[in-house]
Parts: sequence; C-alpha cells; structure tokens
Amino acid sequence: MKKGSKRPSLRQLWQDTDLDLSRIRPADPGDDDQVRWEQAHARRLDAAELRLFRRAYPVLCVILCLILSTALVLTVAYMPAFGREDSPTNNEVAARYIEGATAEAGAVNAVAGMIIYFRGFDTLGEAHVLFSSVCAVMILLEVEPDRRRLRRERAEDRLYDLTRDSVLKEVTRVLEPLIFLFGLYVIFNGHLSSGGGFSGGTVIGAGLILHAVAFGFTDTERFFNRKVFDVIRVAALLFYSAVMLYFFYTGANDLDAWIPRGTPGSIFSAGFILPVNLAVGLEVACTMYAMFSLFRRGRV
Amino acid sequence: MNLLTVLGRILDNYEECAAMVLFAIGFFMLILHRNLIKKIIGMNIMDTAMYLFLASIGYIEGRAAPVLEDGAADPALYINPIPTGLVLTGIVVSVSFTAIMLALSVRLYRRYRTLNLDDIYTIIREERK
Amino acid sequence: MTELEIFRLILLTFLVVCAAASAVSRSMLVTVIIFMTYGLVMSILWVVLRAPDLAVTEAAVGVCITSSLFFVTLRRLNLIRKRGEEDADSEEGK
Repeated sequence: MKKGSKRPSLRQLWQDTDLDLSRIRPADPGDDDQVRWEQAHARRLDAAELRLFRRAYPVLCVILCLILSTALVLTVAYMPAFGREDSPTNNEVAARYIEGATAEAGAVNAVAGMIIYFRGFDTLGEAHVLFSSVCAVMILLEVEPDRRRLRRERAEDRLYDLTRDSVLKEVTRVLEPLIFLFGLYVIFNGHLSSGGGFSGGTVIGAGLILHAVAFGFTDTERFFNRKVFDVIRVAALLFYSAVMLYFFYTGANDLDAWIPRGTPGSIFSAGFILPVNLAVGLEVACTMYAMFSLFRRGRV
Repeated sequence: MNLLTVLGRILDNYEECAAMVLFAIGFFMLILHRNLIKKIIGMNIMDTAMYLFLASIGYIEGRAAPVLEDGAADPALYINPIPTGLVLTGIVVSVSFTAIMLALSVRLYRRYRTLNLDDIYTIIREERK
Repeated sequence: MTELEIFRLILLTFLVVCAAASAVSRSMLVTVIIFMTYGLVMSILWVVLRAPDLAVTEAAVGVCITSSLFFVTLRRLNLIRKRGEEDADSEEGK
C-alpha cells in the first residue's frame, strides 16, 4: 500500500494484517517448496468455492463474538461483589492454609507454603508439564530431514548474529553476574517473601539466554552443554518426585512425616520447601534456555 | 433483575468485566485472523484474561498480601491465597503451551511455505487427489 | 472513588486498549511488542491486587519468555526483515 493514499477500510485492514502469500519469498528456484508455493498461490486465486466462505466468515465471526461477549458480561452481574469479605470463596480452606502456613509448613510466604506443602501434587504436575513440553518441542524441531534447508537456515542465522556487537558484550559482562545472583536470591527466599522457584528459575534462564545471545552458543556450551542440561533436568524432577513419594508413603501408612521445620524466618527452615524450590527453579531455567536454543538453532 | 440493577452490578465488579472483554477480544483474534501467529497471540490474551478473572476473586478490600508478618497467622489480615496458587500454575503452563504451538507453526511453515490455514487445507486436499 | 480504584480503572482501560491494538496492528513485530506491554501492565495489576508472586512470575515468564519465543519464531518464519529488505519488498509491491 502506498503511503498517503486514503485510509483503509475495515475489510482492508483485516486482509492486510494477514500474511499475504505474495510477500513470502521462496528460497531457491527449482526447490520443492517453490512448486508448492506456486500451487498454493494459484489455488488461492482460483478457489471459487471458498469465495462465499471468505465473504460470510467475518460477518459470522463478529456475530458470534458479540453473542459470546454479551453472555459473558451479563454473567458478571451474577457474580459476588468484588473485594468483599463475606464472599462465598473465602471459606475455611483459605483460613486453614494461612493458619497452617507457619505451623505446619514452616513458611512465612503463605502462597509458597500452599503450593509446595498443602498442594504439592499440583506443582509436581506442573514440573512434569514443563519437562514434557521441552520433550515435545525437541521432537518437533530437532528432526529436520532436509539438509539443504537446514544449511540455508543456519547461513541466514549467521547473518543476524549478534556476537560482533561489542556494546552488548560489555553490558552483559556487567549485568550477567547480577542477574544470576538475583535469580538465586529469589529462589532461596521463596518461602520468606514473594517469588519462589518459578520466577527465580525464569530469571536464571533469562540470564543464560542473554549469555547465549551476547557471546554465542559455543561459548555457552563451555559450561552448559547438552549433557549438563539432561542431567540437571532429570535429576531435579526425580528429586521432587522422591520428596512427594516420601509424603505419599508416610501419609498412606499413617506414619508421621519428618519435616525439618527450623525457625520460621531464617533461610534454612520450612522443611522441604527450600530444596523443592531449588529443584523447580533449575527445571524452569533449563526449560527456558532449551526452548530458546531449540527455536534459534534446532538443538539444545 | 431489571436492566438498571444488572448494569449497576456489572459496573461494581469492573475487574471481572474487563477480564470478560479481554477474553472476547482474544477469542475474536483467535477465530477471525487467518495468520497463525495472530491466532496464537489471541490464545495468549484469552489465557491472561482468565488469570485476571480468577485472581480478582481472591481480593479482599483493605487486607494485605499473604506474606505473614511477625508470625501473625490470623486469616482476617490477609487476602485469600488459593486463587493466587491456581493462577501461578496456569501462567507457567501457558508458556509451555505457547512454545509447543509456535514449534508446530514453524514446522507447518517449513512444509507448506504459508501460514494461512485455509491455504494449507486446500493444498492438503489437492495433494490427496 | 478512591485513588486506588481510579488507578485500577486506568490500568484496566490500558489493558483493553493494548489488546485491541495488538489485534488490528499490521506488522507482526509491532503486534508482539504491544503484547509485551500488555503483559507488563498485567504484572502491575497483580501488584495492585495484592498478589506479588503473580507479579514477579508474570513479569518474568509472561513478558520475557513468551515475547522472546515470539521474536525467535518470527525470525524463523522470515517475518522480521532488516531495513534493506523492507525497502526492496515495498518496491516490488508497487
């Protein structure tokens, strides 16, 4: 669209935001993709049976959305009033979790005590979701049968490489120890103030991503290669599962589970919350770095 | 309930109302746009709108965040911590889900060289003939 | 209305405006950047709603990681172009 022409209509706005096929450049002549691209382009112009669909679809979408949003907003009128303390969701379960946060779980942060002690199995499931999502993305992105396309993509990546950028390198040299320190601080203080395993692990993962972007993947592999990644990931998940297995066993056989509670307020307290936070943090850090690395270059 | 009461109660909980409006916007993006990446962004907006809705249930006016100060474990001093725990799980699961969807769209693009779902269906149908 | 309620109302309006803007914007890069702003304002809203765990987690996970995944995917799908390529494209289109 030329600049300075009249303002686009709503339909044009909608069509323009989509990916126009004519703007994707096919890679090489004589490529398999080139043939497919041309076929798709030709068929898009020709498909008469899709024309009625293309005209009716936006209208139907708008109608459906208006009906849905009206129904949802009307439901809000029947919800209990916002911020009142006699709301039906504030019942004895919430009271028990707050009263038992220090007495039973030994944590000062009631939310951390709740998600790791009272509702630890939910968080175990979440750690498993992180693990299996990295496995799924590995299956999808690590297998690339076309070697020519792989070589082409890697050549393009080298064009956009940032490791020759010296400003980024100098700033990363200053910031990166602080980032890792802050991530470890958030993990270790998960049971004393807000934060915990997930946010601290993400900060550490973001520090690893920054190192990989500024100094290159080869430099990051000096201390964080595939083997380290596998060992940390599996060991963290196994440790968390072992802790939950211990609670499972003692609970099912009516034994008293030994929890080293310590004095609330110091770092080495709150029973198993600190080691579990550490395991979850390492798991999340490995996951975030692995996702970035898989998208960027196709392997961890 | 007549219309005025309904409107009054809706404007009373404007957090939940905004969450529903955001959900509708995200749903709109999900079904209307033909670009796959915009659909994924719409899905993310729907997710975060639901987290806003859930966590605004636990808020109680005039009470503090659930970090026990000086061992005062009185539930009348803190907000309800349960919706916070639910949303914490949801945020992390939503990022894993987004990563898998983006990986799928990268594979689709490599195979069909387009991100328009209608065109991909057309190509598949033609290839089957 | 107290000041905190006015502040919450402003934040919620900003959220709705950000979501609508990312729906109608044309360039994919701009869409993802507006989505980052949306996540950041949501993180501020969590602090106002007295949930600091959610605020830190949303700021780290929802803003940082989701956005960097989107940027890397857009790079992989050739939807982000350098300045020279953009000019060449617009000339071809004319």
